[in-house]
Amino acid sequence: MESLIGLLVGFPLLGAAVLLCGGKRLEKTGHWLGVVLAGASFVLGAVLFFDMLGKSADERALHQHLFSWVPVESFQADVAFQLDQLAMTFVLLITGVGTLIHIYSVGYMEHDERRRRFFGYLNLFLAAMLLLVLADNYLLLYVGWEGVGLASYLLIGFWQHKPSAAVAAKKAFLVNRVGDAGLAIAIFLMFTTFGSFAFAPVLSNATEAGEGKLTAIGLMLLLAACGKSAQVPLQSWLGDAMEGPTPVSALIHAATMVTAGVYLITRSGAIFNAAPDAQTVVVVVGAVTLLYGAIVGCAKDDIKKALAGSTMSQIGYMVLAAGLGPIGYAFAIMHLVTHGFFKAGLFLGAGSVMHGMNDEVDMRRYGGLRKYMPVTFVTFGLGYLAIIGFPGLSGFFSKDQIIEAAFAKGGTQGWILGAVTLLGAAITAYYMTRVMLMTFFGEERWRGQANEPHPHESPKSMTIPMIVLAFGSVFAGGLFKIGESFVHWLEPVTQFEHGHSPLSAPVVTGATVVTMLIGVGAAWLQYGRRPVPAEAPRGSLLTRAARRDLLQDDLNHVALVLPGEYLTRGLVYVDNKVVDGAVNGTAAAFGGLSGRTRRLQNGFVRSYAVSMFGGAAILVAATLLMRAV
Amino acid sequence: MSFPLLTVTAALPAVGAIATAAVPAAKKSAAKWLALTVSTATLALAVAVLVRFDPGGARYQLTESRPWIKDFGVRYEVGVDGIAAVLIALTALLVPFIIGAAWHDADEVEPSRPNRRWRPTQGFFALMLAVEAMVILSFAATDVFLFYILFEAMLIPMYFLIGGFGDRAHAAGEEEGAKQRSYAAVKFLLYNLVGGLIMLAAVVGLFVVTSDQLGEGTFSLQQITEARADGGFQLDTNIERLLFLGFFFAFAVKAPLWPLHTWLPNAMGESTAPVAVLITAVVDKVGTFAMLRFCLGLFPEASEWATPVVIALALVSILYGALLAVGQRDMKRLIAYASISHFGFIILGIFAMTSQGQSGATLYMVFHGVSTAALMLVAGFLISRRGSRLIADYGGVQKVAPVLAGTFLIGGLATLSLPGLAPFISEFLVLVGTFSRYPVAGIVATSGIVLAALYVLLMYQRTMTGPVEKPEVRAIPDLRVRELAVVAPLIALLIFFGVYPKSLTDIVNPAVEHTMSDVQKKDPKPDHPVADKRWFDYKPVDDHAGGDHK
Amino acid sequence: MSPVNYVYLAALLFTIGAVGVLIRRNAIVVFMCVELMLNAANLTLVAFSRIHGNLDGQIMAFFVMVVAAAEVVVGLAIIVMLYRSRHSASVDDASLMKL
Repeated sequence: MESLIGLLVGFPLLGAAVLLCGGKRLEKTGHWLGVVLAGASFVLGAVLFFDMLGKSADERALHQHLFSWVPVESFQADVAFQLDQLAMTFVLLITGVGTLIHIYSVGYMEHDERRRRFFGYLNLFLAAMLLLVLADNYLLLYVGWEGVGLASYLLIGFWQHKPSAAVAAKKAFLVNRVGDAGLAIAIFLMFTTFGSFAFAPVLSNATEAGEGKLTAIGLMLLLAACGKSAQVPLQSWLGDAMEGPTPVSALIHAATMVTAGVYLITRSGAIFNAAPDAQTVVVVVGAVTLLYGAIVGCAKDDIKKALAGSTMSQIGYMVLAAGLGPIGYAFAIMHLVTHGFFKAGLFLGAGSVMHGMNDEVDMRRYGGLRKYMPVTFVTFGLGYLAIIGFPGLSGFFSKDQIIEAAFAKGGTQGWILGAVTLLGAAITAYYMTRVMLMTFFGEERWRGQANEPHPHESPKSMTIPMIVLAFGSVFAGGLFKIGESFVHWLEPVTQFEHGHSPLSAPVVTGATVVTMLIGVGAAWLQYGRRPVPAEAPRGSLLTRAARRDLLQDDLNHVALVLPGEYLTRGLVYVDNKVVDGAVNGTAAAFGGLSGRTRRLQNGFVRSYAVSMFGGAAILVAATLLMRAV
Repeated sequence: MSFPLLTVTAALPAVGAIATAAVPAAKKSAAKWLALTVSTATLALAVAVLVRFDPGGARYQLTESRPWIKDFGVRYEVGVDGIAAVLIALTALLVPFIIGAAWHDADEVEPSRPNRRWRPTQGFFALMLAVEAMVILSFAATDVFLFYILFEAMLIPMYFLIGGFGDRAHAAGEEEGAKQRSYAAVKFLLYNLVGGLIMLAAVVGLFVVTSDQLGEGTFSLQQITEARADGGFQLDTNIERLLFLGFFFAFAVKAPLWPLHTWLPNAMGESTAPVAVLITAVVDKVGTFAMLRFCLGLFPEASEWATPVVIALALVSILYGALLAVGQRDMKRLIAYASISHFGFIILGIFAMTSQGQSGATLYMVFHGVSTAALMLVAGFLISRRGSRLIADYGGVQKVAPVLAGTFLIGGLATLSLPGLAPFISEFLVLVGTFSRYPVAGIVATSGIVLAALYVLLMYQRTMTGPVEKPEVRAIPDLRVRELAVVAPLIALLIFFGVYPKSLTDIVNPAVEHTMSDVQKKDPKPDHPVADKRWFDYKPVDDHAGGDHK
Repeated sequence: MSPVNYVYLAALLFTIGAVGVLIRRNAIVVFMCVELMLNAANLTLVAFSRIHGNLDGQIMAFFVMVVAAAEVVVGLAIIVMLYRSRHSASVDDASLMKL
């Protein structure tokens, strides 16, 4: 079985290579090749999964060593895969959701003349993402890590004739690069501390190193996670990333790639467990992002950007849970999986709405769409119920666990974190209800526009994936919860401790449901009872700030972009005038000197004669002088 | 004596250069094909060098040694270690692609009627082959004087290539262009001559001290190293430092290291793209290679003494080059500044004095050559279509020429060291090697990778994406078969070495070990070494038994 | 008479010649002054030859004479050509040989 792991990466990689190099011959059928190879990866993943289930827990992890990659003295990097329970969970999520979104894209990108290339990029993404989760060392993980960054860059900028898309793509890559630098430094630190950067040796010996080193490694890993998972302070790219086609937003910027940071933190659990300071920072980042994303999500009128805010916020939950240590890892991953289902479903639903509405994204120009798009409405509605944590649906189980774990952190920290997560749940309910109401209920605000759309349901290739994901959104959480099966499944990798919450579980659950209902109610008061204006009102100071992503782009502009521009311009000047000027100055000095000397050569024979006699006289005088001495 | 493979490898392009120059005026395409054939045959010989080279064998292999100028102890001595072998292979590899890319570059200066005296095509390709011959021999030379002669002599053909066949795409008109070209060529020549002059003084100084200590003067690298190893050759500290500085200055000009870099943007900007590749990917590598071989090999203690300053300058180069690349409006100058940044990485790796750093630096020389060649040649194809080097004159090229844009992007991604492509391996090794000895320098250098992403993607965004607004851009055709044939193999190599760099590290590592023992350095040890680094020696991190099935 | 007096005479002649070269403009006169200096040198050679009692100096004097004769031929030809082309024999009029 081990020897098959590489194929998980190999199938989509082959697809990417064929589709991107294949040229025009594949224009007609290429996308099906992409779908088939993504599906093949999923089937293989499922086979490996059932094989894994048949073994006892401590024999489940598989390992495949392909070849020695970069061997230089003590620096030994291998291309080797490790398929344990954590990786398996991700493999199924990535290939499963990935395949569904491939199918969806067949319909969604039908009229795009560069569809073949789109599928090539999607397959490239799957390959990189699978490499990321299957790598058995941090350096190979780094390859997948930047690989998904590249795929994300290519796909955000897929419609690159739009300058905004090209700029957004570049921004995403750059911000991610900052995080990547963090990951690189973490690897350097591991190498100088342990002499290795493969998971097994580093993680099983983590406690031997000093806490200072581990904290440094942890913080650098967190920086990487912040970049990839759009956590504060590196969150600015995710909203702009919505310039990409909607299936991309669903797959990369909701379900899989942006959760890679959570994977990284969970995978490196042994390091974080031994570095409490780093853990505290992780928790703070998660909590801040949770609120930040939620607030931004409340103010956006662009349906995809509202969902992007929500993604940030939900990943904030996961990061927070991962920062709690062994009491939270399993719940972080569980929320990650359920989030993968419902957020992908929500994005696909948003894409379906846009597909029927001439690519309009402004929710103020939607309204009353439930009649025209019943399937989209129902699947989107189920995703909505799941994300707000409606009892019984998957989001309920996973989020409730995180809130409980947050309280269980203990002390003042526990209370603060618990309160933040509860507040986040209320805001989540608020903004999601807002999205729901503005899109599917209320007046049909799109009527009477210059270019009036004709809302219609999307083709089967798009609705079927949505239905499948809706099933996941409804049942996944409950399934994982039965007998705590998910927690036990992951336990060998992430370990598990029962948190001891100061509040009993039913109390927390009750509080969660109540806050959720408050959020829903508030949204209904504002957007359900009253008509939604087609033009956005000016709004309060907070609303206006939230529309501008709480001024973070402005902050980046002032703090980084402007000084950078001045520095660059200044240096160009310095290079031309000072550094090159010194060189040209030296040249000019020699030129000037020779110009002066040249004047002695005036062409008059008699002046030459004078200098001759003068020279002779000096020589004679010198000779006589020397003799006198 | 066995077959003189190295001499033949270097002599073939030299003979080819003479033959190409002698081709009659009317048969200029024959000259092109001749040059291409000769350079390809040279590549075959260079591959033979790689095959014959035994990484586990002696330090210098395929050696030849003949007396040359007896009075001064100068010998014709050649031999390769792993580092020289891969660099010779790089040179021989790139030249056929450069010739292929430059196929029509000399046509513009062709006279309207065949003229026996003025045969630019023949001259152009002959000069390229001449450069190739000298570069190959300078990598192989183990005699300091022989190396010095070649180091200086290669300036002559380069001068004519830059000044005589420069880029005609100049915004300010033909006359201004000609002025800039000759300025760039003279600047190139003067900079390198000044460096060479100082090196000459150091070469003479080396002769004096060797004749003082060894009884008779010698320039033989092997002889000096051996003599130092058994204590027969010990330099006075100050003299060693002065000699080191003399050599280092020349190499730092050639490499180029900040603040001696300003000739490179002019030279690369004004020459045609293939010649620019020849400068940065081939000729400049002689500078960094010589630092590794001569500065470290001849003057280990002085090298250590100079390390803090050199590392600081390398860091400045990395950041300064990258920031200036961000600020450039001219595509070729941008790539030139990016190269300055990359040379900073190479020099950093050499002077970090760790095996990872030096192996990384050697690989960096090779991979930077290939990646810059890919990026610069595609940029050259683009420039030749539109007749402008200014980034602002483009926009939306992706729409009209997708293959060109795609190859440009891959070249760019290689330049920013994307994992999966070859330059990542070398850059990571340099960084990890630097970090393990100088953590702060490692972190500062790492910030260079963010800037690299900035300048590459900014250029891609401005040239390739967006709507097609300019009519000249709309008329840009996609890559032709010849151009694709030049670029595709380079890209394939970038991917191959990104996935399987072991094929090169196996050759380079033993040579680096020798250099490390020259400078008497050992890699820093990790704080808490893990006994074994392989995964399968570890049980899963599971101490709770069981867990039920899901 | 002491041979040293010839040396004094030679010094006098040389000085006259040198001053002539420096202050006169006419090329012919300058030329004659150069000849005067050459002959002053010849005189010294012969005088010292006498003082030291060997013939080296006298042999040298013959050489100088031959060279001087050759110089006269070339120099006068140049002066004549110069006069033909510029209608002047002033040395200050010809200053083309400068950078």
